[in-house]
Order: sequence, then C-alpha cells, then structure tokens
Amino acid sequence: MIRRLVHRRAWLPRRVRIAVALVCGALALLGLAGPGTQGSEGAAATKLDAAEGPVGSSTGAPPDQGLVREGRRLFVDNCSSCHGQFARGIPDRGPSLYGAGAQSADFYLRTGRMPLPEPEAQPSRKEPVLTEGQIRALVAYVATLGGPPIPEVDIAEGDIAQGQSLFAENCSACHQILARGGIVTRGVVPDLLGEVTPLDVAEAVDIGPYVMPTFPWLSDEQVNSIARYVEYADDPIDAGGWGIGHLGPIPEGMVTWLLALSALILATRLIGERTAP
Amino acid sequence: MLRGSVRWIDERLGLGPTLRTAMRYVFPDHWSFMLGEIALYAFIVLVGTGVFMTFYYVPTDAVTTYRGAYEPLAGLIASENFISTVRLSFDVPGGLLMRQTHHWAANVFIVAIIVHLARVVYTGAFRKPREINYFIGVSMLGLGLFDAFTGYMLPDDLLSGMGLIIAYAVGLGIPLVGEDLMFLAFDGPFPGSDALWNRLEVTHVLLVPMILAALIGLHLWIIARQHHTQFSSGSDEEARAKSEKQLVGSPMWPAYALRSLGLMGLVVGFLFLLGGLVQINPVWLWGPYEPYLASNGAQPDWYLGWLIGALRLMPAFEPQIGDLTVVPNAFWGGALFPVVVFAVFYLLPVIDKRFFGDGRKHNVLDRPRDNPRRTAFLTAFFFWIWLTFVAGATDQVFLRMRIPYEAQVWFFRFVAVLGPFAVYFIVRRWAEELRERDVHPLRGWNGRLVRRDPVMGGFVTLDGGQDGAVVPEEDVAAHEPDVAGSREERATAAPPGPDGA
Repeated sequence: MIRRLVHRRAWLPRRVRIAVALVCGALALLGLAGPGTQGSEGAAATKLDAAEGPVGSSTGAPPDQGLVREGRRLFVDNCSSCHGQFARGIPDRGPSLYGAGAQSADFYLRTGRMPLPEPEAQPSRKEPVLTEGQIRALVAYVATLGGPPIPEVDIAEGDIAQGQSLFAENCSACHQILARGGIVTRGVVPDLLGEVTPLDVAEAVDIGPYVMPTFPWLSDEQVNSIARYVEYADDPIDAGGWGIGHLGPIPEGMVTWLLALSALILATRLIGERTAP
Repeated sequence: MLRGSVRWIDERLGLGPTLRTAMRYVFPDHWSFMLGEIALYAFIVLVGTGVFMTFYYVPTDAVTTYRGAYEPLAGLIASENFISTVRLSFDVPGGLLMRQTHHWAANVFIVAIIVHLARVVYTGAFRKPREINYFIGVSMLGLGLFDAFTGYMLPDDLLSGMGLIIAYAVGLGIPLVGEDLMFLAFDGPFPGSDALWNRLEVTHVLLVPMILAALIGLHLWIIARQHHTQFSSGSDEEARAKSEKQLVGSPMWPAYALRSLGLMGLVVGFLFLLGGLVQINPVWLWGPYEPYLASNGAQPDWYLGWLIGALRLMPAFEPQIGDLTVVPNAFWGGALFPVVVFAVFYLLPVIDKRFFGDGRKHNVLDRPRDNPRRTAFLTAFFFWIWLTFVAGATDQVFLRMRIPYEAQVWFFRFVAVLGPFAVYFIVRRWAEELRERDVHPLRGWNGRLVRRDPVMGGFVTLDGGQDGAVVPEEDVAAHEPDVAGSREERATAAPPGPDGA
C-alpha cells in the first residue's frame, strides 16, 4: 500500500508534465485554427481523419464536409477541455468519443445535458447552450468518429399496452411506473414528462446515459411502444377525477389530512355545539 | 308521527320505556365529542361500498385477458384479481365511484379514529372507570389498520404487490417463528399460492369487519352505560365536583340525534364527493404486479407510512451468533416499532395513574393544559410517530428539493432521539403557562388592539381603553404588555394553578 503511494507520488510529476505539454500543444493548435485560417483548420481535421483510418458517418450518406469542419471548430471551443483535443477523452474528465456516434452527440446536446458545468456533475436536462445549427454541426463531426446513427422512432407504430408492460419490466424500477422519476443509489432519475420526445427515449434506451443501463434486447418495434407509452404517461386517462400528481399514496394521504380531515373537523365544529344564547 | 311510531312498537314489543329512556339520553355539548362519529359513519360507507365491490371482485391470481373499455390495457393478460378490479373501475356502471369512495372512506376512517384517540388521550377520558372502552378503541385502530392493509393488497396491482412483499419480508424477520408464520399465511414462500387471495378477501370483507362491527356496538353500548364524559362547567372546585355527578347537555331527541344525523349526511356526502372528484389508487395506471416488477417511489397508503419511515431510519443493526442472524433488520422498524407504539397506547391508563394522575374515578375531563406533564408526554410521543411518517417520504424530498437522502436519514435519526425531549419541555412549559393564565389559546384573547400613529409615532388603542388617546413615544415600552395581554392582570383575575407557579 505504502509502496504504491510512493510509486504514485514519483509518477505524478511525469503526468503533470504530459498534461502541460498537451495543453501547450492544444493552445498552439487553437492559435492556428483562429478566424481567417479556416483552411489550415480544415486541413488539420482532414489529416486527423486520414490518420484515424476508415471513419465517417455510419448513416452511409457522405458527410457534409463544411458542416463537419464547423462541428470540429465548435468541438474545440466547447468540448475539448474534457473530451480532449482529438476527442480521445481525458482521464477523470471526459470519455473518448470514438464510437459514440451521432446518436449520443444528438442526445446529449439536444437535451442540454452537454456541455456539463463541471465534469463530476450528473448530466441533467436543461435549455441547450448551443443553437440547433451548431448542434447539427457538432453531431456531424462526432459522427465522423464512428458509432451508431440517430435512431428512427415512430410512436404511431407503437402499442400502449405493450409499452406499458415493457416499461414496467425495463424502466419503472427507476423511472416510476408513470415516468415521474425517482432516486437511485448514485443519482436522481429524471422524469420523462413534458419536453421529453420519443426520440430522446429511443436514444437513451440505446446509449444508457449516466447510471442508466443499455437495453440491447429491445427491438425497434418495442422501443416504439415504450416511447408511445411514455407519451401517454405524461397525461394518462384520469377516469377517477383529479390525478393529484400520479404519485400514489403520499398525495392521497395529504388530501386525507389537509382536505378531508379539515373539512370534517370544521363540520363538527360548526354543528357540534349549541351556539351560546 | 314519532309518537305514533313509538306507540306502534310499544304495543307490539313493549319497548316503550326503553325507547323513552334512549330518547331522553343526554349528550354533553362539545364539538370534539363528535370526532369518533366521523369514523362510525365512514365505517358505514365502507360496508356499503364494500358490499357492492364484492359482487365484482374475483379473488384469484388465475390468468385472464382484459377486454374492456380501458383502451391502453386492451388485450392485457394478467391475474383475475387485477383484471376484475380494472373491470370494476371501467366496465361496471358506478364501479369506479364505489371503489374510490371506499378507498377515501378507509383513509378517513383511520384518520378520524386517530383524531378521536388524540381527543380521548389528551383529555384523560381513558381514566377509570373507562379503561375497557379505551382498550376497545385502541384495538379498533389496530384492526382498522390491518383491514385497510389487506384491502390495499386485493387489486394485485404494482403498488400493492410491492407492499405485499415488504410485509412478507418484515414477517420473515420475526425471530424464530417468522418463516413458519409467513409460510402458513401465504401458503408457501412468496408470492404464495392461490389460496392467499381467498384468505385475504375473506379476512378483508368478512372476518375483520365483523369483529369491528361487534366492537363498535360494544363501544357504543359501554358509552351509553357509563354515560359520556364532559368538561367541567366552571374552573373552581365546586363546579368540578358538581360536574362529576351531573351530566349537562342536549337530549338525544329532538336535539342530538338530528345533529348526529346531520353529521352522517355530511360525512357520507363528502366521501362520495371525494370518490367522484379526486382520483385514488388508479390501478389501471399502476398496471398488474408480477414478482419481477417494481416501481420507483412506491409507497404504502399513508396510514402505514410510519412503518416505511421506521424501516428507513433503523440503523443497520442485526445481532448475530456465529453465521446465524438472530434478528434480521426489518424486524426492528417493521414489527417491533408498531408493537411498541401500540403497547404504549394500551398501557396508557397504567402510565397515567403512575406518573400523571391519581387512581380515582373521573367523569370530568381534563383540558390538555390541566395536566401539563401528560399533555407534554403525549405530544412528544405523537411527535415521535409523526417523525417516522415524514421519514417515509425522504425519497420524494430528495427528488423535489435535492436534499441528499443520507443527510435526511441522519437528521431524522438525530431528531427521533432528541426531538421528543425538546417537545416535552416546550409543551409542558406552554401548558403550564396556559393553565396559569386561564385563557383559551384561540378564543379567549383579551389583549388590546393598538395602531401605530403614522405622524406622531405613538400608539392608539382601537378597542376599549381610552378612545383615541395618543401615547407618547417614551411610553410605548410601558404600554407594550397591553398588546399581548398583561400577565399581571390575568393572574389577579384567575387564581394560580395548584402548583402555585
């Protein structure tokens, strides 16, 4: 144990030296890729592509080079501090994006989960920092690093009843049966209401963001059904009246104590005594 | 018409004198004496709506297919328990209204018993000679909780199934006999055999309700036999002694019976209003239960929230001998804690006699302030139970307010140990203060309303006192006691309490 610590201490300065070298290199590259030197930036990106062998958008369509270049520039500006200058990842900060694919880039950027305010934070849904066009460019760039494309989802093909039972089997243990969210050991599970789109559902099922597992056994048709059920759960059929949050017994107990009990005590208070003469 | 009816019965059954006595029976006047009646009328609603539901509920987990009006579950293959409940909700006319009213009535039944119990213990109504009726009442609370739990299990939906396995796990935790007991109750290991559902249904719709009905009858008969307790007609000893002997109130007919019937109408109407307007336990949204399914944030009905809270708060304590776990952890919070709580309630007459009162007969009630130590003890005890209720919602607090779960659990553990002592001393001091001043905390305010003069900066009394007199600023401090009511004045108006504080 002690020996290992000593070993680590001896090893650290070298790591720092490498990090410093990397940052210097990155700064130099940034200087080259400044405005007005689009050509050299594009050349660097192309050289990178060439060095990495057969990569590109796995959708089959040839990537729009202008869009990819724009995405590469945005990547350096917004993402490289954690994912590294060449998207190879930085230990303890951000993972490599090789193999992540358009799917992950689209999911994380469109839902505002990336960029993260700090590397340790749990990514959560917020207003995206980047514009739609910028996201499209970044997605095009990340797609050149290989990985799954943006999936197709069509909830019209899905079936609510099948979705309900699949959701109960695969999702509700963390997301709550009506997708209201909850807590797990290492984080907060988001609800799937409001802004969550069927595409978000399909992407998350494949990616498994943060502590969420992946579900490789689910077919496209089943994912359609789950996405359809999630849409339904947002505003389900409340045949019984006021839905009080679809959380079950806690709001029901509140209605019992705060509404029913106070109303009935008020009633006994009013009729329970003769009024003073 | 009433006279005619009484004569008709008298001429046939000879019950005239009995009926006359019943109609002349005197009820003392106080609104808090009607809280128990809310529970009684909720029970009547429970029986009525419950009988309706037994016509449609099928107690078996044999699998069937749902083909009913609720589209999102069309073609669902699940247990008959669940499907018959969904059918009752969507395909039986009035079924959902009955189901929801039944569930709300169950919630109100328990809450009314608890408030009634609080009235009884705070006013010392459980003292000699009324201990037997008090024991009956506490037993009805226990039976009511058990019956509500079995009813919650019947639909076999996702939430109730998770409740059932938690109950099973807690039962397994009972040292030595737990496993055999649970195998006996469930007819095998979880999820039990099909026999479980017949047992649950018969327990819920027949066994416990019959016992409850019998106990309610006994409860009321004993009240009539012993007569109701009442508050003293005055604060001096003479009035107290007189109130011990003479019951003052309204006769059953034509006063109290109408008042009580009015309350019945209100309770029944209000419960059906809730049942028609506020959704409760939407099993069609939870879906059916299978042992491999779960939902985050699952909770028992509120009246069992204290047990979930206790399970969460109990530290990881499992005494072991060698490799053998003597007491599994679920036992402490899930089984021992409720036993302790009910033991305290059952032992309250003994505790009270030993620590807070005397062994004499009492027909006159204490106001909570009249016995500060009893009031403080009970409040600390209720606070302790209430805390475990709140602890049962820690996950939702984390989710909504981002207060970390572990931090909450440690906070609640800390407060559960120290909080009751703090509550005891605060409430005791408060009750002593009230007793000394002899004012009603809500009604008997007799301070003076003053208004600050915007120009002069002084205070003007608004009611009584010197009309419009402007008090110079220097005298504001001297006048301040008037705002809250001077303690010195009050002390001369009412003699100090027995402890001469």
